[in-house]
Amino acid sequence: MATDLHRTTRARVAWYALLTALAGVVLFPAYMTLVRALSQPREYVLAGQPPWPVSPEWDVFARAFTEGDMGRKFLVSAVVTGCIVAGQLLTATLAAYAFTFLRFPLRRTLFVVFMATLMLPIEVTLIPNVETVRSLGWLNSYPGLVGPFLATAFGTFLLRQGFRGIPRDLLDASQLDGFGHLAFLRRVAIPVTRPVVASFAVIAFLAAWNQYTWPRAVVTEGRWETVQIGLKSVAVETVDRSNIAFAAAILAAVPILLLLIFLQRHLVRGLTTGAVKG
Amino acid sequence: MTRRTREALLAYAMLLPSLVIFAWFFFYPLYRLVEMGLHQKNRAGTAERWVGWSQFSDVLGGDEFREGVRITGTYVLYTVPLGLVLGVLLAVAANRRLKGIKVFQAIFSSTIATSVAVASVIFFVLLNPQVGYFSSVEWFSLSDPDTALRGVALSSVWQNLGLTFVIVLAGLQAVPEEVDEAATLDGYGPVRRFFRVTLPMISPTLLFLVVVLVIFALQAFAQSDILTGGGPLGSTETLVWKIFNSQQPLDQGVGAVMAVGLFAITLVVSLAQFLILERRVHYGN
Amino acid sequence: MSEVAFDGVTKRFGDVTAVDQLTLTVHDGELLVLLGPSGCGKTTALRMVAGLEAVTEGELRIGDRVVNEVEAKDRDVAMVFQSYALYPHMTVARNIESPLVTRRFDTGDGVRRKLSAAERDQRVRDAAASLGLTELLGRKPAALSGGQRQRVALARAMVARPSAFLMDEPLSNLDAKLRVQTRIELVELHRRLGATFVYVTHDQVEAMTMADRIAVLDHGRLQQVGPPQAVYERPRNLFVARFIGSPPMNTLPGIVVRAGTGDGGSTTVRIGSQDLPLRAATAEGLADGTQVVVGIRPEDLVVDADGPLKAEVRAVEWLGHERLVVCELHDQRTIVRQPVGAAPVGVGEVLPLSADPARVHLFDPRTTERLP
Repeated sequence: MATDLHRTTRARVAWYALLTALAGVVLFPAYMTLVRALSQPREYVLAGQPPWPVSPEWDVFARAFTEGDMGRKFLVSAVVTGCIVAGQLLTATLAAYAFTFLRFPLRRTLFVVFMATLMLPIEVTLIPNVETVRSLGWLNSYPGLVGPFLATAFGTFLLRQGFRGIPRDLLDASQLDGFGHLAFLRRVAIPVTRPVVASFAVIAFLAAWNQYTWPRAVVTEGRWETVQIGLKSVAVETVDRSNIAFAAAILAAVPILLLLIFLQRHLVRGLTTGAVKG
Repeated sequence: MTRRTREALLAYAMLLPSLVIFAWFFFYPLYRLVEMGLHQKNRAGTAERWVGWSQFSDVLGGDEFREGVRITGTYVLYTVPLGLVLGVLLAVAANRRLKGIKVFQAIFSSTIATSVAVASVIFFVLLNPQVGYFSSVEWFSLSDPDTALRGVALSSVWQNLGLTFVIVLAGLQAVPEEVDEAATLDGYGPVRRFFRVTLPMISPTLLFLVVVLVIFALQAFAQSDILTGGGPLGSTETLVWKIFNSQQPLDQGVGAVMAVGLFAITLVVSLAQFLILERRVHYGN
Repeated sequence: MSEVAFDGVTKRFGDVTAVDQLTLTVHDGELLVLLGPSGCGKTTALRMVAGLEAVTEGELRIGDRVVNEVEAKDRDVAMVFQSYALYPHMTVARNIESPLVTRRFDTGDGVRRKLSAAERDQRVRDAAASLGLTELLGRKPAALSGGQRQRVALARAMVARPSAFLMDEPLSNLDAKLRVQTRIELVELHRRLGATFVYVTHDQVEAMTMADRIAVLDHGRLQQVGPPQAVYERPRNLFVARFIGSPPMNTLPGIVVRAGTGDGGSTTVRIGSQDLPLRAATAEGLADGTQVVVGIRPEDLVVDADGPLKAEVRAVEWLGHERLVVCELHDQRTIVRQPVGAAPVGVGEVLPLSADPARVHLFDPRTTERLP
């Protein structure tokens, strides 16, 4: 970061101009989506598709809920996301604790087994998993949407990194104090690694809310569509209702935007632990 | 029961929930994929007959799988280099002490909030052949089989900007200022400094990003599903798209083989990148 | 009641034997120091008493109970860790309270039960007050100095009123001045509480100044146990002789020489070509010509014009309250301790030295044990 480049006002203006231009490019696609969401579709086309709203219909977002059934979709997404995040926190915390603080046969082997699952994304295991879910009667249901994602190797890894930062002495002291492993986990390990747990929760939320491929495979009834799956109808909607589909996309991004505005710190920390050395 | 035994039992109990899920939804499916690949079901899915390893060789050597690999590979080439370069560009631009820089940083990272589906709808707005804002641009037109993939890739490039930006920015900020200052004193201009000093120092970060972006590209599906439905003329049918659309009983055997093929490709690519990354990191320091 | 006894205790980690057949009894109410270099097994021995390491062989008793299979929390011991092991996210008060929360105690009413919140609070306040921590009860460890953190660790150990206190190098993280001050405070605390203290350190000054008895360990084996003075004045082997005392005891190879018989006879030890007189008792039972290792502490070598030993001065270190003269005596580095008022010596000078025969030690060069 060279300060000599900023000393003159001219240089500063140039940088601001460049940054503004770049910002414009980055924001343009989302901006146009907002424009199209607000514009009355037929009139927008007739007006020659300008880059600003035409005959703005501000109730399009409300209509997404009434006509587009966004309320139900949000509910499904919320429950699915909530269950996945809770499930992952539970399973990953327990597993990470075992790998960090307990001694047992096959520990290293089992860790490799965990990490091996990173090579098996849902895109690869799709067909057999759909078969499993179908045979259990879990198509179009919460268990079907949530099941495969209740455990996470990435989360186990992240939380293990966090737990490894806890000095061994603390566990010894706590054992002398009369606490068993589960009490130590609850009273010490989790509170002390709260930032890591928070980072993981944010990442897990993001991934679960944004899922597309798996819900697309196990949902065949409209009322079980998640918010993301609901968006695929944009390709088949009539022009008249296209603005509702666009509004739905914007609504779909709102929870994540809110999450990021308030919890961006945790997200960045979680993402960059693996990327940045030092 | 000794203390050691109790500790081991507790450990297994704590690992059990994860292991059950992994066994059921990760490892069993891998086995089942191979099993499915060795069989052929009837249309109704009520009967299965053995076809053996020839199905593997037929499918993996066949046109459809090869097309899928070609399309997915092209997708990787479209999205990864461009995504990296743009991310670095944005990060370098925004890594300076100017008033209000945080606003720009927030804007550049904003696409992290978009899911694949949301990004696809957003680019539908821009690229849809009938009413898209840029529908008249031929270079990435979604209606032409030769260019449709580019349009689809564009949506991914845009979507990845946020993630790439955040990670590269963190990498840049980890470079000590003194290194840059020393280079300035040595007489290097800003461009030279970037290529000779900054870039090498963030190379581990960039390599990590390459791994991430390649994995994303190998798994591309929603973009084709929403923007083009796989068309025109199957020009945007990525491997995952093909696998997804092989769920009918008749196609399952073939789909399973393709899935195994995708697994192998992902494995090889990850391994190669892991080895390169390890070597670079060791030599670099 | 709160005696700690090791009976043939051995601890093995795979192929490595960390503690080898340790038999040692820490008396009720005494402050016993486990002393030795790093890796000698002292910390492992301490952790076995705490219940943090399992005993491979032998019997470990606390009071009259064999505790090999008893869990740490049920042993009625408390430990002060080298790093203090304070819970970083809890206040001082909650840290101190920690041992009282789930364990059961013998209360006045004769039954063994958990303490009520009020009882816990009272004990925490008492422990904090006795160590001057009352104002710090609401703070977290990160906001405390090293010395304060150490006192919190002590308070946490005290609050459960254990039979035995286990201390793992508690002073090593403190700066020198604080160390001296805390040493004194710990000894006073021991006197006040009257409890059994098992104290681990590698610092022999700490051991000498604090211990009722010192147990010296090397490579997992007990070398000697006894009051500091005894260990200092009659080391049982070369290891103990060299480990205790700073600067360490000078050791030189020698040969026993006997001349004459009966009352007129003399016994000396020949170091190189010089003969140093010995007491008859020191060389009792040793034949003429026996090879020995001679040990003389730096403060027992005096400059004596008639002295039989001739040492060449290599360097002089002046410490303010005394002088250390580093010499060479028959190719062996020898250190002489002199009070500040002694006559100055120069490098290169040859000093005549003698030693009080009562303060000369002999060791077997092969077994390294004290002779006779």
